[in-house]
Parts: sequence; structure tokens; C-alpha cells
Amino acid sequence: MALSYLRSSSSRSANLLRPLSSAASLRRPISTDTTPITIETSVPFTSHQCEAPSRSVETNPSELLTFFRDMALMRRMEIAADSLYKAKLIRGFCHLYDGQEAVAVGMEAAITKKDCIITAYRDHCTFVGRGGTLLEVFAELMGRQAGCSKGKGGSMHFYKKDSNFYGGHGIVGAQVPLGCGLAFAQKYSKDESVTFALYGDGAANQGQLFEALNISALWDLPAILVCENNHYGMGTAEWRAAKSPAYYKRGDYVPGLKVDGMDALAVKQACKFAKEHALKNGPIILEMDTYRYHGHSMSDPGSTYRTRDEISGVRQERDPIERVRKLILSHDLATEKELKDIEKEVRKEVDDAIAQAKESPMPEPSELFSNVYAKGLGAESFGADRKELRATLA
Amino acid sequence: MLAIARQRILGQSFQKIRPAVSVLRSYSSAAKKITVREALNSALDEEMSADPKVFLMGEEVGEYQGAYKITKGLLEKYGPERVLDTPITEAGFTGIGVGAAYYGLKPVVEFMTFNFSMQAIDHIINSAAKSNYMSAGQISVPIVFRGPNGAAAGVGAQHSQCYASWYASCPGLKVLSPYNSEDARGLLKAAIRDPDPVVFLENELLYGESFPVSDEVLDSSFCIPIGKAKIEREGKDVTITAFSKMVGYALKAAEILEKDGIHAEVINLRSIRPLDRTTINASVRKTNRLVTVEEGFPQHGVGAEICASVVEESFAYLDAPVERIAGADVPMPYAANLERMAVPQIEDIIQIQESEGYNSFAFVDTVVCAGNASVNN
Repeated sequence: MALSYLRSSSSRSANLLRPLSSAASLRRPISTDTTPITIETSVPFTSHQCEAPSRSVETNPSELLTFFRDMALMRRMEIAADSLYKAKLIRGFCHLYDGQEAVAVGMEAAITKKDCIITAYRDHCTFVGRGGTLLEVFAELMGRQAGCSKGKGGSMHFYKKDSNFYGGHGIVGAQVPLGCGLAFAQKYSKDESVTFALYGDGAANQGQLFEALNISALWDLPAILVCENNHYGMGTAEWRAAKSPAYYKRGDYVPGLKVDGMDALAVKQACKFAKEHALKNGPIILEMDTYRYHGHSMSDPGSTYRTRDEISGVRQERDPIERVRKLILSHDLATEKELKDIEKEVRKEVDDAIAQAKESPMPEPSELFSNVYAKGLGAESFGADRKELRATLA
Repeated sequence: MLAIARQRILGQSFQKIRPAVSVLRSYSSAAKKITVREALNSALDEEMSADPKVFLMGEEVGEYQGAYKITKGLLEKYGPERVLDTPITEAGFTGIGVGAAYYGLKPVVEFMTFNFSMQAIDHIINSAAKSNYMSAGQISVPIVFRGPNGAAAGVGAQHSQCYASWYASCPGLKVLSPYNSEDARGLLKAAIRDPDPVVFLENELLYGESFPVSDEVLDSSFCIPIGKAKIEREGKDVTITAFSKMVGYALKAAEILEKDGIHAEVINLRSIRPLDRTTINASVRKTNRLVTVEEGFPQHGVGAEICASVVEESFAYLDAPVERIAGADVPMPYAANLERMAVPQIEDIIQIQESEGYNSFAFVDTVVCAGNASVNN
């Protein structure tokens, strides 16, 4: 659908969005327009043991539109998951990412599918960023066959190996040494690619993180540790959990960068910088200053340890989707209506995917015993009664 | 039990015609002997040579030549990119090993002893064992965790625990425990080639022991199938199961029992998970008596599982209650006399003849089963 646009005096937000060079393309569909635009990040980067990258980021209309669409999709998906959980179609744990979309989207813009990503349990949007489909997300959340883990993983265990997405981990902090292991393997295989190991401000205090960081620095592994600092480890604010909440400095001898995690362009710039660094010099830490609108999980209202004013304040001032919307409008890259149409499309996509996911059946009972091993060797596996319910593992 | 002198109760002997059994029957004519240490070293060497994705990681595996010299010479041969000395940070380096396995490499992670594996057990269980299942087959984890397990000599409570039953209870793991050099070579090679996470439980006191090996065992393609136990000694009166060092004790006990006319069948489990229930049950159906032997703590141990399995599947064939022999239910003491009491000795295994009803070993079968091969007299 060609998006022609009118040159109108659309809302021009003031300070933050000053374009440094103007993109004066007329009547070109912006979905394919790659004319470079340079935009400044909201705030400069703060660095530790390294020189910060420039705050002028190269982008183009196509990329900005993709950012908008992808983040809108992720936002809509998480909100829909909220409803499904309340309708009891999703069970157990459900950790939502809305508010943090810029991290997933900005990162993807800086890297390729040969680079690896590993994260903890707040993984739905990261999975989609790696190419996962909405159907796979909703079906997995509802425990159906069409799910990315065939219904056997659940919300916290999404994987997409063909895009080098390694999950999806429930144990806080465990994913960081695993990510350093991925980086080790990339270096061992001479793949010239890097691993982004994501963790939260809560996990930042885990001992195994420092063990893995020490080894990564010793062995020059291309590992990028990304602290998604949403300022709360479940119900505990960062200042109550960390003596030093300057997570980008906690690597001591490992360089670090503090990034506005609500600014997709800043995230992109930082990840690009980190990848170049890691390939040459070993590990680096990125601290993404971000925020989650929901509580820690669907069991947590998220308002007992923070004020509603704080939450709505962030939504007003720093929402990642609104930032990109303002950028697009102030540069006359699309009209408000076009952006709203995109949001409507995205909403329909999400609704269609949910409907399709609801059609997907639950796993066959025989799936109880599948994939215990990659090679079962004919071992016997028992169900609860040990007589009726049993299987020979292939 | 504190009995110092064990009464040998001579069963009523009777004449049986037994075929002459040559002790060397199970080995081919080659009489080369190698130590368990050499067996493990050669297995690692050959697998690293055959597959460039195999690499070693652990404390002192490289420049120190291995804390117990199992990895001797491998750093020189394969270089520091494939033989990696780690800091003393089990949680960190085990996680890194598992992550490398996710990507498709084949790490062999050494724990200096399995007592230290507890620092990394989350990665062994939650990151390695469960991943293939949680990802519905997308993420397989071809990793081997190896090292000495169980009691050594005088190393005290924190360095003497046996972890066989802990790891063997976990679906998604394979747990192997070799006894002799043939086992060590064949099982380690199989473990490295296996696409699933394998916990490989060695024994420090066996490293220096020599065993004869055939040419077949020395061949670089030699492999022992995972999940199959080995009958080390055939017998018809009682089945004794054991693994690792206890196999040696069971064999010695069987020789002593032989003199009293009790012919014990000794099964070397080799594989704790998957457990070879078929072989164990077939043996018990033949002998009608079961004794399990292990070094570890008795409660919820390997023997408990074997006993339950045999009661489930072969109850009608049992002439006596199943019996387990295990380590004492106490943390391992240091004093030599107490330590000796805390671990099964050969006398403990021989003692079974008192409880299994061997006094009246006149073989009056009270349970008549079709196909039961007990000799009646």
C-alpha cells in the first residue's frame, strides 16, 4: 500500500526532535525510502572506561516507520496477552514487556540474525524481534501445538534457534553465563558475530554474572551484557537492592555505556557501537534506562511499590512509540492518519493471530514424553501411575 | 554394624555340576593392561582428534596437566583454544559451557570433584537437562560434565559425597559411571558423541588401577552403548548390582561367596540413567534374590530405585526381600576407622548370606514359577 503523504504543517515537537539534515523527498512511499536522516538521541551517552559514541544517529524514513510499526505491534501484543491472562487462557507466569519495546527494536536494527540474543523470562517481544510470529507467541502462551515450543515451554521459554534466539530463561541471572558461552562458541567458530545477553536490574547483582564477565574479559569473548534497567527487581526498587545502581560501571575493568532505553535510535547506536567493540576488544556492558508499564508479572499490580503518577509520567514524557511518532510527524514522513492506520492494522493482525491460536489444538498426550532427550536410546519413561502411562523414548 | 569377626556360615553344600569357567573368558587373547587414567586420557584425546567441536574446560585441566592428570598432554597437543583453564568459578564456567553447547559446540566440563558441581547444579539441571524438552527439540545440549565422584580417602565430609542418585533422578540427563578401563574408554567416548547432557561420574581411587583391555577396546572407534548394564560375573543364586568402585568390591565378595557355594551374579550398572531395568530384572528372575550396592547415602539412593523397580516388575520371582547396601547415613567422618565404617566394605556384601536366607540354602523353592531355573535338590 503506497503511502503518499501531504506536506502539511503537522505538529512539530520542539527541542528534542531537531532534525540536523532535512529529508525533502516528495511523494515517495516512505516504507521503502532510505534517504538518510540524522537525528540526535534524547540525551548523550554516558560512558565508563571507553569513549562514548556520537549522539547523532543515522536513520531513514523506512527504518523509522519500521520502528513505529514493530513497536506498535509489540505493544498491542502485550496488551492483548494481558486480556488473555485475565480471561484465564494464559496460565502460570506472564511477564509483559510494554514500555521496553525500544530496546528490542533498536537492537535488531543494529545487528543481524547471525548475532545471538539471549534473555530472561520477559521474552515475548524479543522473540518477535528475532522473527517470531504472533501466532507462535499466542499459541505458546495458551499452551497449543502451534506455539514456538509446541506448547511445552510456556511464556518464559520461547526459542528461535534459526534466528539465533536462545530463549527464554526462568532462573534469574542464569542467561548471562549462557550468553557468554554463546559468545565463546562464536569466537571458537570464527563466526565474526556477537552475543547480546540481556538481564534486568534485579539480576545485575547475581554472582554468576560477575564470574561470567571475568571469564569473558580474560578470554576476550564477543559478549555484550545488556542490563535492561527498568528500575524495579520485581517489587524492589534498584536503590534497595544495589549498593551501586550504576550498572554500566559495575563491570569495573569492563567498559560500559549508559543509554536512554526509551529511545530506539539511541539503542540502535549503542548496540552498533557495542558490536564493533566486542568483536575487537571483548566484553562491554550496556545499561538501557527503560521502564515497564505493567507490574513484574500478571500477578503483580505494579502499583504497591511505585506511584501511578510515576507510571503515567513516564508514559507522557518518555513513551518509545510516541517518541518515534513525533519524529515521523515532525519530519513530515507520514501523516497522523497514516500512523493511526498502521496502529489499526497492527491491532487487526494481533486479533487475527489470537483467533488462529485459539483454533490450534492442545498437544497430543504422547507429547508428554517427547523431546526429553535428543536421542532417547529406547529408554523407558514413566507417567504417574507407572503402568498405563509410560513410553519408550526414541 | 560393628561386628569385627564375621561368622561364615557354611551352607549345606551339595554337589552341583558347574561348567569350568575361565576368568579370562570375557577378554580376548590380548593381555594389554591400562589404567583407568590412561583410558580416560586416550578417550578424550581420540574424541578431540575426531571432532574439532570437542573442547575441554575446567580448573587445572591445561597447564597443570589435570588435577588428577586425566587431561595430561592435551594442552600441548590441542592448544589453549581447545583446552581451557578456568578460574575457580563453577557457576560461571558451567554456564559458559552450556551456552557453548547451545550453539553447537561439544564441551567437556571437568569438575575437580562432583562436590563442586553443586555450585553449578542450576546450569546442569535447568539450563542443560531441561532445554531440549522446554524448546520442543530446538535446543539440544551435547555437553559432558565429568570428574571424580564419591568417597576418596580421608578427605572429609565436604569432599566425599556421591551424586549419582541426585543427577539420575532428573529427566533429560544421562548419568554414567564406569568401573574399569574398558568402561572408562567406551562410556566416555559414547558420552562425548551423545547429543544430550551426560553426567560422567568417575572415581578417584580407581584412576590408578590397571585392567586388561582387548584390541577392540583400544580401537579409536570403540564405544559402549549408553543404557546397557554389563554382567561382570554370571551366577544363579543372587543378583548383586553395583557401579564404579563397588563393582570391584562386589566381584571380590562374589569370589568369597563362591567358596560357600553361593554363586552371585554381579551386574556392573555402567549407566545409572537410563537404568538397564531389563538386564536387572532378567537377572533377578533367574536368581530370585537382589542385593544392591552403592557408596552413597542410602535414603533415596540408586539402590532404592533398583529395589522399587524389581519389586514392581518381578515381585513374584523374589524368594527374599530385596536388600540394599549403601554408605552410612552420616556425613563422611575423617578418622580412618570411622571412615571405613561409613562406606560399604567387602564384609558388608558377604554378610548378605545371613539375611537372604542362605543358611538353609537347601533350595527348597517355596515359590514355584514357570521357567525358574533354580536348582532343586
